[in-house]
Amino acid sequence: MSTSFYIGALELATGAVLVCAVMTLWRRQVRTIVTMLRLQGVALACVAGVLAWHEHDLGLAITALLVLAVKGVLVPWLLRRVIRRDPRSRETAPLINVPASLVSAAFLIVVSYVVTSKLTALAPSAATRLVPIGVATVLVGYFMLVTRRRAVSQIVGLLLVDNGIALVTFLLTAGVPLIVELGSTLDVLLVVVVLQVLVVNTGARHGSFDLDEMRELHD
Amino acid sequence: MLSFLALAIPFLMGVISLVVPWRRWIGWASAVSAAGVLGIGIALCIATSSHTAVTAFHGALRADSLSSFMVVVIGTVSLLATLQTPRVMSQEIAEGTTTPRRASYYVALMQAFITCMLTAVLAANLGVLWVAIEATTIATTFLVSHYRTKKAIEASWKYVILCSVGIALAFLGTVLVYFAALHSGVGTPGTVSLNWTSLMAIAPHLNHGVMRLAITLLVLGYGTKVGLAPTHSWLADAHSQAPAPVSALMSGVLLTVAFYALLRFKAIADAALGPAFPRALFIVVGLLSLLVAAVLLIAQRDYKRLLAYSSVEHMGLLALGAAAGSSLAIAAVLLHMLGHGLTKSTLFISSGEIAHAEGTTEIAKIKTLLARRPVLGGIFGCGLLALLGFPPFSLFISEFTMARAEVDVGLWWVVAISLVCLSVIFISITNHARHFLLGGDSSVAVPLNARSVVVPLVAALAASAFIGVSAWPLLTLLRAAAHVVAR
Repeated sequence: MSTSFYIGALELATGAVLVCAVMTLWRRQVRTIVTMLRLQGVALACVAGVLAWHEHDLGLAITALLVLAVKGVLVPWLLRRVIRRDPRSRETAPLINVPASLVSAAFLIVVSYVVTSKLTALAPSAATRLVPIGVATVLVGYFMLVTRRRAVSQIVGLLLVDNGIALVTFLLTAGVPLIVELGSTLDVLLVVVVLQVLVVNTGARHGSFDLDEMRELHD
Repeated sequence: MLSFLALAIPFLMGVISLVVPWRRWIGWASAVSAAGVLGIGIALCIATSSHTAVTAFHGALRADSLSSFMVVVIGTVSLLATLQTPRVMSQEIAEGTTTPRRASYYVALMQAFITCMLTAVLAANLGVLWVAIEATTIATTFLVSHYRTKKAIEASWKYVILCSVGIALAFLGTVLVYFAALHSGVGTPGTVSLNWTSLMAIAPHLNHGVMRLAITLLVLGYGTKVGLAPTHSWLADAHSQAPAPVSALMSGVLLTVAFYALLRFKAIADAALGPAFPRALFIVVGLLSLLVAAVLLIAQRDYKRLLAYSSVEHMGLLALGAAAGSSLAIAAVLLHMLGHGLTKSTLFISSGEIAHAEGTTEIAKIKTLLARRPVLGGIFGCGLLALLGFPPFSLFISEFTMARAEVDVGLWWVVAISLVCLSVIFISITNHARHFLLGGDSSVAVPLNARSVVVPLVAALAASAFIGVSAWPLLTLLRAAAHVVAR
């Protein structure tokens, strides 16, 4: 693979991850948001794949396949099931309206470029220059978590944070050792399963699962 | 081999409880498995006492004296918590709040939870440590929502979301440490790993800017799981809704296992950056936690939440002790972990019995408990005295030693601020306890005939008093364990 093709492919895939993150803030239909999450999972797998090709790293190639299977296929499938069972979660309920959310996202992207300058300075390369994009995805995920009220939106926010961190991992260190990668991907999958069980079971038992109604525990 | 056994015993016990239908003996067997873990912990302590580490599985599991001490803490509290299983589950099945199937799940999840904590302290790789700590969140969620009430579901939802998001930051921090290690300029790239020994060997060469960012993320991330402010809010919800033995295990050891992760990373950061920066971070979160606990304890209305906020207070004290960082301070931190585990699990288990007997967890609705239920009230009262730091209980000596170590390194102002917070906490807890326990006529006393509650809890309080008075046999052990991470 020629260097310019490598850089181009890496930038394209990394950019796609952030675009998908911002799209989740823009669209209101949860079905579309889940599609964005699936595309983001595929883009993330592409980043890992391109890096694996470039570095001739077998462990990273396995990771890429794992990411594709878990974040591109399994997790979106689980989320679809939640939407089907819980009709109230079909539309998001933003506390901050969409244009303001998008402006905030732009601000968060600038912030991430500022905070990561030390990281890029230590080992400047085609990959580490893209690290701010990963951090921006993490911040957009946090923003989603605190400004959306539906249960599914919170799961999506959690997954954006996780995808952003995975992206930073690939770009900075070409992935952590395989055992850690396996463990952390499995953990994410299990967390989503746990959350799905909570939403679906509670919906069946208590009518619906709405974060607005979760106000009983406080001091 | 020993560390492998420590993981295998609770794991197999969990599998057995899933395969065999619920019987009372399964509950007893789970307690035997916890006793086995405690026994292995003591054996590991003896094996590692001469500053050697025991490895297994081609070096994937590594026990030094710090890990061995943590195995002892996990074993002790697990034993206390699992001894309650047969009685609590049979009682719930009889009352119809649980089915035999869910009792089996309960045992399996408890054992999975214990296995995850043991993996966390025995892992040689700090990435695997992260995976294990995140896995404890997954194992405990269904334990928190065991009663399936709306409140329990709310608590477990908040618990998973906040802890997963919080601990994601710790993963980012771990990755940054790995990045700094890859570019340390020492050793060949192929030998760099997230192993504790290899990271400590190259720690002085790690890049300062990256390590500053990393340790900040790690303190915030693992701090969520420890229950340190500002991300402590899940703790009171989860601990007040979970079944009492689960709260005992979560408050007694899960918090300290997460703190163990912080101790390891702080040692690396100390070697890389010098003591000033990590110390400042630990002081900020420690003092903030004390302050939050003091404010929220003043007008607390629920005694389970009161115990939960007292955990926030004690975790804050641990953070301040770790900030001092001398080997005296770390030894006191470790002793405090053990003492807090014993005391807090005693209190949570007895609070579960009180809630079951009185039908409420509100402080205002319970009066004259000591006169009406002398045994239960007596255990709870002694537990509170131990928690507040009265001698002879071990929390007195560990708090005193931490304060002394902090003054030794010039942090007298930290001690002064924490004393103010501790006085507020002391007054609020004694005030609540006075209304709750004292007064009334002792002629109406109800006897408590549950030996499986009384014997372990009294033994735990006695053990706490014993290690508070006599340094034997812990002193050498604590010295060796503190040596691993102290500067």
